[in-house]
Amino acid sequence: MTTVPVRRLEWQLIDVRKIVVETPRVKSLLLHVPSWRGHLPGQHVDIRLTAEGGYQAQRSYSIASPPEDKLLSLTVELVDNGEVSHYLTVDLRAGDQFELRGPIGGYFVWNPAIGYPLCLIAGGSGIVPLMAMLRHRDKRMGRVPASLLYSSRSLEDVIYREELDAMAHRDPDLRVINTLTRKQPPNWSGHRRRIDKALLAETCFPAKQKPRIFVCGSTSFVEDVSRLLVDLGYDSLSVKTERFGPSGG
Amino acid sequence: MEEAPISRGFRSRRQEQTPNDRVPPGQYVTTDFPVLSAGPTPRIAPEDWTFGLELAGSALGKWNWAEFEALPQTTIKTDIHCVTKWSKLDTTWRGVTFDDLLKAVGRSEPPAPFVMAHCEGGYTTNIPVADLVDGKGMIATRYEGLPILPAHGGPARLLVPHLYFWKSGKWVRRLRFMKKDERGFWESLGYHNYGDPRKEQRYDGD
Repeated sequence: MTTVPVRRLEWQLIDVRKIVVETPRVKSLLLHVPSWRGHLPGQHVDIRLTAEGGYQAQRSYSIASPPEDKLLSLTVELVDNGEVSHYLTVDLRAGDQFELRGPIGGYFVWNPAIGYPLCLIAGGSGIVPLMAMLRHRDKRMGRVPASLLYSSRSLEDVIYREELDAMAHRDPDLRVINTLTRKQPPNWSGHRRRIDKALLAETCFPAKQKPRIFVCGSTSFVEDVSRLLVDLGYDSLSVKTERFGPSGG
Repeated sequence: MEEAPISRGFRSRRQEQTPNDRVPPGQYVTTDFPVLSAGPTPRIAPEDWTFGLELAGSALGKWNWAEFEALPQTTIKTDIHCVTKWSKLDTTWRGVTFDDLLKAVGRSEPPAPFVMAHCEGGYTTNIPVADLVDGKGMIATRYEGLPILPAHGGPARLLVPHLYFWKSGKWVRRLRFMKKDERGFWESLGYHNYGDPRKEQRYDGD
C-alpha cells in the first residue's frame, strides 16, 4: 500500500464578492476563496459562522459553480428556522467574510471522461450540485447527451431558470424538462405532476444506454425517485443520490 | 486554537438549550432523523436476510433472521452524530452486541484487530475491533421499539454510536475480520479513517 500524504482541509476566510437573487427564497453567493485546490462538479463545502461571544455553527452547502469559474458559487435556500440559511440569505452582504473549507465528497461527482449519457433529476434546491455538472458540461467540447428533469413547486421557484433555458436552447444534446407541482402559470404547457414512473420513463435515457444518474432533493424526493428508477430497471450502482434533510439549515 | 473571525451580524437562533458537553463540536441537535446514503435504498425482506462473521475467507458464524433473533438481545439508549452536522439525542436501539456475536461463535477474544463491515449494495466501512467490544458496537434490528425502516438501514444496521454515524453501516450483511486496517467506502473518498466526533475527525487529516 502506498502512503499518500494527507493534506488537511483547512478553514479559510473567504470574501463574499456578489450575491445573486435566484428566487424569493434562494440566493447564490459568489465567493473569492484565496487558496482553492479545485473541485469536481457535485462536491460540497463546509462553512462555519462565528457569533460575538464565540457561538459557532457549521453547515454543508453544495457547490453550484463549475471548476472552470474563478469565483466559487454556493446557492442557498432559506430554510424555516434555519439560523445559517437565514444569515446567508438575509443578513449577508457583499464584502462580508466567513470561514469555509472544502471541497468535500468524492462519490456524488460527475466525471465527463467516463462517457455515457448524463441523467439529472432534481427536486427544488437539489438542482444546485447538478447545476455544477451542467455548467461544467456546457464549457466542454464533445458533450455527452444530457437530460435534466427538474421538479419545482411553481415557476417562480425554478432556480437558474433563464440560464437553463439558454443552455438548452443552444445545445441540441441537452433536454431540460420542468414539472411544476403546486402552481402553474395560465399558459403552462409543461408537466404539472410530481415525478412518477411514467415521467421518468419518458424523460430519462433508456437503461441500455447506461446513463449516469444523479438524483438530488429532499429525503422523500430522493427515496421516491431512486426507488422508481430501480423499479424501471436501472442498475442501483448507476444511481447516485444526495439528500437535503428537512432539518438542514 | 486561533481566535475565530466573527461573522458580522450572525447570532444564534436556536431555541433548545443542550448542555455543551453533550453535543460534539460543530454539531447541532435535530429531532428529525435525516437520511444519508449514496444510492437507492435496498429493500431486503427479513426472510432473505442473513448475517455472517468472517475471518480469512471462511465463515466464523452465519445466521438467518430467526436465528439472529434468538441471540441475546440488548437495548441501548444513546446519542448519534452524523458527519453532516446533525446530532440526535436519546435514540433507543435493540439488537445483538458484538460481544454476544463473538460468544455465539465460541470466541472469548476477537480473532483480529480490525473489522470491515460489508453492506447490501457494496457499501463498506472499517472499524477497529476495540471500538466494537465491551458493549460499544451492535447489530441493531429495532429503533425505538420498531423494526428499522429500510431508509434507515433496516432490517439490520451496524451501530457504533461513539463514532460518526457513517461508521454505523446500514443494511449490514457481514463483518470481516482483518489483520491490517483497510479503508471502507467513505474512508476512501476523503473522510476520516477513524471518525471521532469529539475530536471532529470529519475528513482526512482532521
